[in-house]
Amino acid sequence: MNILNLEGTEDTPKIVLDSQNKIYEISGRSLPEDSAEFFQPVLDWLDEYKDASAPETVFEFKLEYFNTASSKLILDILSKLEEVEGAKIMWYFHEDDEDMEEAGEEFSELVDVPFEFKTY
Amino acid sequence: MLTKNLILVYEGEFTQDITKSVLAMAERNMESMGEESGIKRKVFNVMVECLQNICKHAESFDENTYGKNTAIFMIGKHDSEYFITSGNPILSDKVADMSRKLEDINNLDKDGLKQLYKDIIKNGKLSSKGGAGLGFVDMARKSGKKLIFDFEPINEHLSFFSLKTTIPRN
Repeated sequence: MNILNLEGTEDTPKIVLDSQNKIYEISGRSLPEDSAEFFQPVLDWLDEYKDASAPETVFEFKLEYFNTASSKLILDILSKLEEVEGAKIMWYFHEDDEDMEEAGEEFSELVDVPFEFKTY
Repeated sequence: MLTKNLILVYEGEFTQDITKSVLAMAERNMESMGEESGIKRKVFNVMVECLQNICKHAESFDENTYGKNTAIFMIGKHDSEYFITSGNPILSDKVADMSRKLEDINNLDKDGLKQLYKDIIKNGKLSSKGGAGLGFVDMARKSGKKLIFDFEPINEHLSFFSLKTTIPRN
């Protein structure tokens, strides 16, 4: 499968989706002008991956900030991961960032994928 | 003694690039004042929603049809709070709907806002402008205070919408 690798910028997150090396992560800041357009490649990648997924997929979110339009797309990504067997979410938040912790908890209540929370 | 301190005022065109510059300036300013990271994050959060709201809605008006319609954004600091204020023209036929939405948000407590957020994110669709319909709810949640808003008619088509969000510094 193709590797999706996007460098982070001041308003878009770093994204690495690499099934060979088993790296699945979205990190940094997300406030793109058009969140649907920005995240579409991630959704497309997952559509392809779900039919050829590894027995275990640990998908990491290590976000410092995301806007509300991105939150809608994060939910779409999590919903795709519901269809990936053996998927698990690793939700990172800065140790003093209660809002990011709470955001992760809310997502975990909205989808049927196991979440693990970790501070950084 | 300085009790009120305006950090930044911007009036004019709003785009994603301008949003990024305004955010960077306000962030640097809070940094230089040694602001606590939790407060900085909440202020940043409200600024983004506010600025992106203006960007999304500012495009809708053609100056030739509707007259001049520039928007304004301000961030200031008092001893005990930050305040983020924006003002922008909106189509007058949207006033009733927006006013109802904002009043509904102001009538909710912390748990009510959380529930509303979850309902919208789960059942809502992105608008044609890419908005999730979550901006005001998120601003109210980050603020913990009521949103203060007003609508003033500008001309036969437009009204000036002003919104003030406060972030307590404790």
